[in-house]
Amino acid sequence: MKTLTVISGKGGTGKTSLVASFASFFNNKVMVDCDVDAANLHLLLHPEIKKSFNFKGGKLPIIDKDRCSQCGKCIEVCQFDAIDKDFRVDPLSCEGCSLCARICPEKAIKMEEKITGYWYISDTKYGPLVHARLGIGEGNSGKLVTQVRNTAEEVAQEKGLNLIIIDGSPGIGCPVVASLTGADLALIVTEPTLSGVSDLERIGGVCDHFGIQWVVCINKFDINLDNTKRIEKECYLHGVQVVGKIPFDTSFIEALVRGKSLAEYSTSKTTQQIKDMWNRIFNILNV
Amino acid sequence: MIVSVASGKGGTGKTTVAVNLALSQDKVQFLDCDVEAPNASIFLKPLIQEKKIVPFFIPRLIKEKCNFCKLCSKVCEWNAIAVIKDKWLFFPELCHSCSACWTLCPQNALEKEEKELGVIEKGKVGKIEFIHGKLTIGQTVAPPLIKQVKKEIRKGEDVIIDVAPGTSCPMVEAVKGTDFCLLVTEPTPFGLNDLTLAIGVVKELNIPFGVVINRFDVGDKKVENFCEKNNIPILLKIPLEERIAKYYSKGEVLVAKDEKWREKFKQLFQKIKEKVKK
Repeated sequence: MKTLTVISGKGGTGKTSLVASFASFFNNKVMVDCDVDAANLHLLLHPEIKKSFNFKGGKLPIIDKDRCSQCGKCIEVCQFDAIDKDFRVDPLSCEGCSLCARICPEKAIKMEEKITGYWYISDTKYGPLVHARLGIGEGNSGKLVTQVRNTAEEVAQEKGLNLIIIDGSPGIGCPVVASLTGADLALIVTEPTLSGVSDLERIGGVCDHFGIQWVVCINKFDINLDNTKRIEKECYLHGVQVVGKIPFDTSFIEALVRGKSLAEYSTSKTTQQIKDMWNRIFNILNV
Repeated sequence: MIVSVASGKGGTGKTTVAVNLALSQDKVQFLDCDVEAPNASIFLKPLIQEKKIVPFFIPRLIKEKCNFCKLCSKVCEWNAIAVIKDKWLFFPELCHSCSACWTLCPQNALEKEEKELGVIEKGKVGKIEFIHGKLTIGQTVAPPLIKQVKKEIRKGEDVIIDVAPGTSCPMVEAVKGTDFCLLVTEPTPFGLNDLTLAIGVVKELNIPFGVVINRFDVGDKKVENFCEKNNIPILLKIPLEERIAKYYSKGEVLVAKDEKWREKFKQLFQKIKEKVKK
């Protein structure tokens, strides 16, 4: 079984639009949306939810005022300044580490498990999709990503599918690293803007740090050809393959407002370029 | 007044809006709190005058003291420690630096080790005071660094904060405590979906908010309809223009090139001020 993770560093470079197009090119796979706090793949793949699970991603301390002697030990040990001087817990600051409950000499603090999101196993016309929804403003997205990724592996094994395609989230933090864990290849989608170049360097650095092979797609390559050349040169010097250059094409947006991937919406030249890129990725993955 | 510029969906134009808003003013403090992918400096080109390292603590094993009781691995809520027979394994990318393992170890066999979480750089562009945080590659936990960047806020001044995409902890940490949140979106189903999620967060935080629609002339009308129906003010609309996209790609700023846009961003700031006063 092989895993491809699609990431970008910078947001809005076209990860999800490309993943949705890939979905129609190959059958034996499970798709995964690991952008759990702003998931979008479902808007193009229209899943029918088959199984839904609660995500118990966090714990929150409940302080029993009667038992509490106000010794302040909990405030002292908390690394997140989540308990104020009146012994009130700020749920947005609390990371749920439970140290306060473990250290309290009066045993006045209990940790309560919270349901902080949901994850789903769904069917789409292109095969199974594992996706999730993190509750509003909740943390621990890395844990939910790991949950979703592990579930996708189980689904793939159960159904005898040999490829997992993960749509990742922007940035370089917890959820991104969680979606890269165990990946055989990362596709980094960038754009020829100075922000795109800067974020590509950072996310490429993360892949190197964790020893994950990566390739690059330059999306909207024609909006600045100088920057595109610069990215190609940097990739060449780094020994990284640029597997595709996709032009700026407003039909991506036309397809999107109709709830379709570009591959589904149009047989244009751009679609062919995405398909060619997919074939290159597929060969590197050696599924 | 502190204004945060957030979005939910990435790539909708947060940094463009935040930077232009800042440059339309005479004097502001600008904080780039998108510490995982900070890009505002590309446009503002500040002269960096000060740099400091923000530390992060992880456990280090003192082998002679450890009796492999496994308590540390049991108390770690993120499974960052595994103890297998007489092997102590640590996975730094999972560690949240909560201190539970070294605080609770009965043998005192763990000590804290300082690592670099990221850096904070400070500088100036004209009368704009610029501050950004940069998460170190391989580090995964952004909120503590964002918190440190926000400690630089000068009370009573006008402050503009560029926020990370998404709706989870980095976004919450950056938006928390601001007087107004500007949500930048685009007129597509992705834009609308993530705008709805971001609104959920700012409502939870009790922060007044308004919307900027970028590339408003492509896509569909659902974002506008949604805002109208829910009485959400649309404070600015920016068209899809090749010229604007080219400026962006080269790290150039709209208000520096075009007086008309400088005026529009000035008015945007004024509108926000009036809303905050109410």
